[in-house]
Amino acid sequence: MSVKSESIQSKKDSGQDERLKKISPLRVLLNRPELGALGGSILVFIFFGIVAGDTGMFSAYGTLNFLDVSANLGIIAIAAAMLMIGGEFDLSIGSMIGFAGICIAIPAIYWGWPLWTSIIFAFAMAVLIGYFNGIMVVKTGLPSFIVTLAMLFILRGATLAITRLITGRTQVPGLRVLIEDDPIAWLFATDTFQWLFTWLGSMKLIALRTDGSPLATGIPPSVIWFIALTLFATWILMKTRYGNWIFASGGDKVGATNVGVPVGRVKISLFIGTAVASTIFACIQVLDAGSADTMRGTLKELEAIAAAVVGGCLLTGGYGSAIGAALGAIIFGTVSMGIFYTDVDTDWFKVFLGAMMLIAVVFNNYIRKKVTETK
Amino acid sequence: MSEYLVQFNNISKFFGKVIALKDVTMKLKKGEIMCLLGDNGAGKSTLIKTLAGVHKPDEGEIIFEDQKIVFDSPRDALDIGIGTVYQDLALVSLMSVTRNFFMGREPQKGLPFFKTFDIEKANTIAAERMGQIGIDVRDPSQAVGTMSGGERQCLAISRAIYFGAKVLVLDEPTSALGVHQASMVLKYIVKAASQGLAVILITHNVHHAYPVGNSFTVLNRGKSMGTFQKKDISREKLLSMMAGGEELDKLEVELKEMDRIENN
Repeated sequence: MSVKSESIQSKKDSGQDERLKKISPLRVLLNRPELGALGGSILVFIFFGIVAGDTGMFSAYGTLNFLDVSANLGIIAIAAAMLMIGGEFDLSIGSMIGFAGICIAIPAIYWGWPLWTSIIFAFAMAVLIGYFNGIMVVKTGLPSFIVTLAMLFILRGATLAITRLITGRTQVPGLRVLIEDDPIAWLFATDTFQWLFTWLGSMKLIALRTDGSPLATGIPPSVIWFIALTLFATWILMKTRYGNWIFASGGDKVGATNVGVPVGRVKISLFIGTAVASTIFACIQVLDAGSADTMRGTLKELEAIAAAVVGGCLLTGGYGSAIGAALGAIIFGTVSMGIFYTDVDTDWFKVFLGAMMLIAVVFNNYIRKKVTETK
Repeated sequence: MSEYLVQFNNISKFFGKVIALKDVTMKLKKGEIMCLLGDNGAGKSTLIKTLAGVHKPDEGEIIFEDQKIVFDSPRDALDIGIGTVYQDLALVSLMSVTRNFFMGREPQKGLPFFKTFDIEKANTIAAERMGQIGIDVRDPSQAVGTMSGGERQCLAISRAIYFGAKVLVLDEPTSALGVHQASMVLKYIVKAASQGLAVILITHNVHHAYPVGNSFTVLNRGKSMGTFQKKDISREKLLSMMAGGEELDKLEVELKEMDRIENN
């Protein structure tokens, strides 16, 4: 960029700025936050392609397996990424998952509510808790790290205490029978494209069970939610006014406020977003397992943040992408499942997770300097 | 219609026992650049925030285009056409030129509930507006962090004008800039005023203020020491008023006195 004292009439006349040099696609890519995660996921797939290519990891069944794990993490990672772009953290994601689980299970099993009302109840609670997190952070000006850390303990404790008080146990089983004929539960519990898998099975293209039905029965609901949420979040961030407000709120809170961005409202809505995403996660898992466990979701908040960071989100806010977070989740999901197909002890997964995150942070820091350096 | 576009009459602002501003009066015509000068703690920031609708004055009135105005929020001030460019510029360096230009007021297109941010239109306008002030934005999707300080300042001013500012309040626009960059910004300010805007330029650099200003208001300890037309006051006189000339004179006398005692 340069300053010209003369008018730039010549440029306008020609219609095309002759000084706009053609930027190589690589350069464009370098300016995207998800570059690191894209490179990382390609590497991961190459690695497992070589090491575990012939083990069944990439069979229909194996692929759906690691996609399912990735998708579950991705659902919360995308919401966490949007919140991080907005300049805040939510450490209560994992506890919210556990809490949402019992919000579904206890009313359905112990109070005789229809399953769909308890699912709606869980989402309503999520909105309330997300709103509370948001309003606490916005009104008190305290770091969200502290506020949501408190919420992490409060929710987990409440989940345990309430469940034991009502049921005398820490698990609530028996949900599976309620799923059928429920008007809402299918959203979180149906494998889609079953016809495709049946057809592939009949053509002997994918592995079959001994009774002739395909081993992989369909695309799990988590994957559909994951794809839909990635698209939705990307659309919001890149294509809407609200998306611009998210970047602005995280990039410079004071500046954004001064030009009329409703920063408080944006942040509160993002906290509601993470709580709702946790509840989607909980619905899928609880309905899949048929039971709610008070410890469900433990440490998920950190995995979600790790995936968002690997996906290019800056810890200081204002920069990042939903696609990046989705790729981050795919990396973690693929490695956590893929490691079973190798000779490597699964204990090493956490080591990998940590190392990956460290590399990502160093890389992102470098990129940010590149993006903002004065030319 | 009075000859003034905006008048701030006898503005006072108190914070508890502290008198931050007392009876400050400023009047601006269209196309006029008024420089607001003052030392640290003179009440400049409080006055700016009062003009921008952040603080409500405890006494006095703001008259804009012959109508008495009460601001409930900064948004109100923006809406009637008082555009304030703060020292931090309200720019996000990681965001693109376009996204910054339209921050908070993004143009939209599409159906209700599916409205999208019209980035093509925004890019065109941003590049055009920056082009008008001689800043050649080759790629409006480039991050603001890559621009120089002067360019950023001009972007912030240009944004305020685009969104309908009739009165521009500029807080220390040249304080962090080198000579070349500062002159670029000042040139742009003069150009803006020549198009009919009233400009309030807050600064403590007389060398930047004097060449561009039409009138000068000096603020000292929350009170206005008066408004002077350029023809009525010299640069030196202004400088000595601002630097607390009296205090410096007093200091000189005291030093002489000490000298005399020692020599005896």
